[in-house]
Amino acid sequence: MPQTLFDKIWDAHLVARRADGRDLIYIDRHVLHELHAPHAFEQLEKQHRRVRRPDLTFSMQDHTVATKPGRDDTTNPSGAAFLKAMREGSRRNGIRLFDIDDPEQGISHVVAPEVGMVLPGATHAVPDSHASTVGGLGALAFGCGTSELAHILATQVIASRRPKSMLIRLEGKLAAHVTAKDVALRIIAELGAAGARGYVVEYAGAAVRAMPIESRMTLCNLNIEMGGRSGFVAPDESVFSWIEGRPFAPKGAMWDRALACWRPLKTDDDAEFDREHVFDCSTLEPQITWGTDPSQVLGISGRVPDPAAVDQSRRAAIESALAYMGLQPGMALAGLPVDRVFIGSCTNSRLPDLEAAADVVRGRHVANGVIAMVVPGSTTVKRAAEAAGLDRVFRDAGFFWGESGCSMCAGGNGDRGEPGERCVSTTNRNFEHRQGPKVRTHLVSPATAAATAVAGRIADVRQLMSGQA
Amino acid sequence: MQPFTTHTGIAVPLIKDDINTDQIAPVQSMRSLKPDYKALLFMRARRRDDGSENPDFVLNQPQFREPGILVTGHNFGAGSSREAAVWGMLANNIRAIVARSFADIYRENCLQNGLLPIVLEPQQAAAFTDRVVAVNGAAPFTVDLQTQRITGPGGPDITFDIPAADRMRLIEGLDDIGLTLKHADEIASWERRTAGNQPWLQSAADRRL
Repeated sequence: MPQTLFDKIWDAHLVARRADGRDLIYIDRHVLHELHAPHAFEQLEKQHRRVRRPDLTFSMQDHTVATKPGRDDTTNPSGAAFLKAMREGSRRNGIRLFDIDDPEQGISHVVAPEVGMVLPGATHAVPDSHASTVGGLGALAFGCGTSELAHILATQVIASRRPKSMLIRLEGKLAAHVTAKDVALRIIAELGAAGARGYVVEYAGAAVRAMPIESRMTLCNLNIEMGGRSGFVAPDESVFSWIEGRPFAPKGAMWDRALACWRPLKTDDDAEFDREHVFDCSTLEPQITWGTDPSQVLGISGRVPDPAAVDQSRRAAIESALAYMGLQPGMALAGLPVDRVFIGSCTNSRLPDLEAAADVVRGRHVANGVIAMVVPGSTTVKRAAEAAGLDRVFRDAGFFWGESGCSMCAGGNGDRGEPGERCVSTTNRNFEHRQGPKVRTHLVSPATAAATAVAGRIADVRQLMSGQA
Repeated sequence: MQPFTTHTGIAVPLIKDDINTDQIAPVQSMRSLKPDYKALLFMRARRRDDGSENPDFVLNQPQFREPGILVTGHNFGAGSSREAAVWGMLANNIRAIVARSFADIYRENCLQNGLLPIVLEPQQAAAFTDRVVAVNGAAPFTVDLQTQRITGPGGPDITFDIPAADRMRLIEGLDDIGLTLKHADEIASWERRTAGNQPWLQSAADRRL
């Protein structure tokens, strides 16, 4: 029977079916972070259980680390206890830690792929909802809570009912300055904030094949914003060459054996999905969220909805989002003054994201009164960006250039906006108060964020770059 | 895990869709490893700008100060995987949530902690919501997982569906890790097999070392 790639990876990792009907799925790589892992370490120790495979488990310090140059544990005072508990828990359990001063420290979803831990056809778990970022390399990744994290530490499997499968085929060629972020926001807008709940999504089609690996990661990162259990792109030659030579990737004869295993990793021609969607990306313009969840999205030339014009069931949600965001029905977002711009997060902090933003910023300056910051996704990205001179481009333009971490995405490290500020951000959630109490967040691509920082107003990057702005 | 058989308490109507974990348990509330889980639940909605209590928020109203059951809309618990969004419910003695639907990770976190996630069919949900609003905290409802029934003022008993395995796990308060470790031999043999045919999966060494 023809199989989807999801079926193949699931079946290959199926260890047993538990008495309660749940499948036990082996987790090849388990990556932890300091906000949740300390609780799981404590839980296991109370139960006198040990970590089964510390050699397949890695610890990252990302959510609570300060971004200020010269940072240490105390720079963000509320993070210190988490960093310490993570350090001690990792040491007690024999888990390799990428600590705050490690040359490869960074956001787990950025670091794991870039050091070569993430492999095609492998399974991956992180106690974080954006785990499926690494689906861009053809890995099947699951986000989980603290109890599930403890379960994986003790057993190296997750116990789960088999999710349903969805195919999203992205056709056409993206226009200039239109990115994977814009594609993902449009998909979420069309399918809704719970549109992929219960599903593992395979992204396919010409537009996906044309995407660089980092863009595929951006696409898969946002899968959870429509409730997806996981999301991935089938691996291809560009994935294999991206991984080859990275420190944790197989080498030599082992690499050749792995490649032979990875090349057939694709959905069979006649395989059936539980649901299929097709999007034409060729007419897509840069996208931006107007509301308070990632499904409330507009094209940059669009206008915010009028609650009076929608049916009653949706009216209250739109009214409350407009009130929080300080917007009027039917208004355009382009041209709206902003207070803050943030470029970073597991969604958009890899080197090509920073390059795209720097291309817009080069030779220009952040508008007066706008606070703009760039936080690389990892210390490795930061080093590479500095080697390419990108830090100078940003700093000369008036951006803050920070140390790597989750920063303003989760608001757990002290970086946040002031009440009432309008913040244009390359992150993944525009929930109320997420980037600080009463902060009004608009999600965009790095190019749109950069154009907005320069203009001081929400900007169409295409116009700025063609000299029309 | 604390077993769940039956739970009686005041049902609180919070009838909105897409209530996310940033609303339920804001990340900024987790400034210590042992935060006050009771206080962090819906922390922002509970307070006005000046820090005083917001009398309009449902959990601050006198009749809902001792909640037992939360009644809500679609896609409850969207967003982050943080389990504090479940621990905050338990710290407030909310041991059952009746929703139109749950976000996947949140529902799993509920099951892991003995918090009963109930999904009602649309018609039933509408009728139950009307009853909860009408009774306005004056009398409690009882959720019985043995009989899969909700009983309370204003109408007939409501039956609900839940996968048999989830029901059993909650009723018996089963240790999830313990259940899985019954398969320890199969886990070990999967590892041996994979170490032979895909050794790169079973080794995550830094090859520079």
